[in-house]
Amino acid sequence: MSSVEITGLSKSYGDREILKGLDLKVEAGESFTLLGPSGCGKTVLMRLLAGFETPNRGRIRIGDDVVADAGTNVPPDRRGIGMVFQDYAVWPHMSVRENVAYPLKIQRVPAEDRDRRTNRAIGQVGLTGLEDRMPSQLSGGQQQRVALARALVSEPKLLLLDEPLNNLDANLREEMRFEIRELQQKLGITIVYVTHDQEIALAIADRIGVMDETGALRQVGRPDEVFDRPADAYIYRFLGVANFVPMHRVDGEWRFPDGIGRWTEAPPDLPGDRLTLGCRPFDIVVTRSGDGLPGIVRRASFLGAQMDYLIEAGGVTFRAATDSRRALSPEYCFADGESCRLTFRGAQWFDAAASDGEGGPR
Amino acid sequence: MTGTLRFGTPQILFGLAVAILVVFVAVPVLLIFFNALWVDGAFNLADTIKVLSEPETYRALINSLILASGVTVTGTIVGTFFAWLVTRTDLPYKGAMKVLFLVPFMLPSFIGALAWKMLLSPRSGYINRFFMETLGFPDAIFNIYSYHGIILVETMYLFPFVFIQVCGALERMDPTLEESARISGADLFTITRKITIPLVMPSILSGALLIMLYSMAHFGTVAMLGIEAGIYNIPTLIYERIHQSAGSFASIRTATVLSTVLVFTAALIIWAQNKILSGGRYQIIAGKSFRPTEIRLRGLRTPLLLFCIAYIGFTIVLPTVTIFLVGGLNTYGLPISPENMTFDNYYHILFEWDLTRDAIWNSIGLGFASALITMFAGVIISYVIVKMKVRGKGILEFLGMLPFSVPGSVIALGVILAWSGKYGVNIYNTIWIILVAYIARYMAFALKANSAALEQVHNSLVEAARASGATMWQALRDIVIPLVRPGMVAAFFLIFLPALRELTVSVLLYGPTTRTIGVAIYTLNEDGETVYAAAMSGVALIIIVTAEVVVKRFFKVKQ
Repeated sequence: MSSVEITGLSKSYGDREILKGLDLKVEAGESFTLLGPSGCGKTVLMRLLAGFETPNRGRIRIGDDVVADAGTNVPPDRRGIGMVFQDYAVWPHMSVRENVAYPLKIQRVPAEDRDRRTNRAIGQVGLTGLEDRMPSQLSGGQQQRVALARALVSEPKLLLLDEPLNNLDANLREEMRFEIRELQQKLGITIVYVTHDQEIALAIADRIGVMDETGALRQVGRPDEVFDRPADAYIYRFLGVANFVPMHRVDGEWRFPDGIGRWTEAPPDLPGDRLTLGCRPFDIVVTRSGDGLPGIVRRASFLGAQMDYLIEAGGVTFRAATDSRRALSPEYCFADGESCRLTFRGAQWFDAAASDGEGGPR
Repeated sequence: MTGTLRFGTPQILFGLAVAILVVFVAVPVLLIFFNALWVDGAFNLADTIKVLSEPETYRALINSLILASGVTVTGTIVGTFFAWLVTRTDLPYKGAMKVLFLVPFMLPSFIGALAWKMLLSPRSGYINRFFMETLGFPDAIFNIYSYHGIILVETMYLFPFVFIQVCGALERMDPTLEESARISGADLFTITRKITIPLVMPSILSGALLIMLYSMAHFGTVAMLGIEAGIYNIPTLIYERIHQSAGSFASIRTATVLSTVLVFTAALIIWAQNKILSGGRYQIIAGKSFRPTEIRLRGLRTPLLLFCIAYIGFTIVLPTVTIFLVGGLNTYGLPISPENMTFDNYYHILFEWDLTRDAIWNSIGLGFASALITMFAGVIISYVIVKMKVRGKGILEFLGMLPFSVPGSVIALGVILAWSGKYGVNIYNTIWIILVAYIARYMAFALKANSAALEQVHNSLVEAARASGATMWQALRDIVIPLVRPGMVAAFFLIFLPALRELTVSVLLYGPTTRTIGVAIYTLNEDGETVYAAAMSGVALIIIVTAEVVVKRFFKVKQ
């Protein structure tokens, strides 16, 4: 396992600057996820790490080796990496065994050792028994496992995964992300995982780096840190459905946009008289009566595990969610148009600009 | 160290690709332009125009135009009509008919021309003699040594270009377009005129341009039938000049000027074809297959079937049978009857006569070698064009387009200019010069087949190999080549089969021992050895048809 150190990395295609002066350190043995919207440059960063692209400026160090800087660009085959591609890239003319054994064959590993390690890698991804199948006889998930085994078989210093679960169906995606996590912990390899899916990112990572459209890293931290203490509204929005409410202070009291509703929870510790309140649907507790902000249920949608509400309150529309057990009990079963009260279990405060033109639920 | 390696492999591949195209294609063509437009080292367009306005040159240009236009019109009409018949009507045995209409594609047209000469030459043609001697006609009923004759024969062999394109378009056309017109109250004639024809027009035009492209540069038929009547087109005049004058400056110059005209015409036709095919109107014809509504021929069903059978009998069976029968005659001109027949000619050609035996092995060897070399060169060049990101790829793309627009006689002439000692290498009169010319001529096929196959190989498959530790060469060897193998095999046969029956290029380049099958037939005919020419044609037909059938069978089994 190797650490990865990226310093001042820049990459542009013609006039289009994708990355400018990016710094990042991934510790040895760490599972690191790069999370960002499509087109943010995370795939470019991945391809720079793999050696498929040459940086314009900056340095990449894998372990003790500088693999790219002003004078050097080590080709992909000399970087000692394993890589899993979004479209599997399983070679269609080779059997499962041949696919997985290929990196060892290239390294001229003796046949006996090669067979042993190939079998082990195939076993690790749970494909034992399918060694002689051709890729066309495998399902998408099985092909993805072949790609994973192929990337793992040579015990790479660094494993790069480029949205490898995108093309799988939801159940398989969930299953695979735990398996990758488990394998990573068992083998102790360093992983850099690129995705735009925040659920995968949160589930799989020791640390997450969130990128924005300009190719800048907004925040790097543990999943719970990034989720619970986002550096800014952008990250908060990116990590899940969020309500943004422009709030103002009157006589030391925080009021909702209608000027009537009052914020009764702990006040924000940010300066200023105008701020943005951010809250997730599950932060909002919907009750029939009591204290809380008065509102009207505009739409209640049953989504199976939870009930999803659109609620007009305080001059804005909130999205709120309650787990179905509770929401279906007579006491909490709201019909459209019924009045309710809202209390807040949690909240994030951002500056006023966060809600400009983008307030309300997303 | 690592830096040089990164720039090394792509640069080598790129350099190799450029070198192949420059040496085999660009240099010969440039030498032609240079010889055509420069006099004594100075650009001189006036002199070029002077050459073009000489009566013989001018006449050849006009003849090429007349013949190509004539063949294009008749070929398009014939091809469109038969295509409509086998796709949109309830004609019986449509499937078999469709296959039969494609047979002319396999047969070399100069062999057809030879057969028609035997049937319809004004004095000795068997049909003409039958009419004069048996039915008492005062004159020959048809003189094949004429514009009409040439157009007739070329049409028989070139109409499949339009036939294939139009069949494809008609089969893919959404029948609801016609049905909705029908519901709106249009009768069948109106629908055909207002809906069907406009929709398949791009396919018709594109096929027509292919016929034109081919006919402009066509040597065999005109050489067999035109020279007798003093009708030369551009390729036959080039041949005439090069052969008669043994390399005099004036004749080379005329030939290069004519070649230049041919290249520009071909480029223009290809440009027009791309323009038509990329036009928006084409999109109404979807990629998927529909079951088109069939038009009921009713009372016309049997007459039209008989017409198709008669056409096939007249254009395919009759010439083929004639070739084999004349090839078995003791002496040309004798009536075709059992007492005049012998197998001696065939035996002589196959086992005794060096000239013909050499020719057969030359053709097979040349076809094999050129197909193999061009196939590998095509993979490398297509790989650089389709898959690699290197500076200067634009040049390569341009060079890669070049082989498509250079006709055979131009290639041959360019190869003569480049490889007969003027630039250090003299392979003139050897088999190698023909091989070099074949590689140039068939490069276009290899590029087309291989690019198509390479487009199917996703980049990540190669990158996965690189990430697995493979160098670019290893990735090429282990991943790319195995995956494009079907395209390579296709390229091989796309080259091998036409090379077997090649005439246009080899006739300009052959030496005493380097005749090809086509050249052997052509020179035997020129020397008045009609019977041997026919026998050799018969042997060639058997070889060609066998090869075609074996290849088709092989591909069908693989699928």
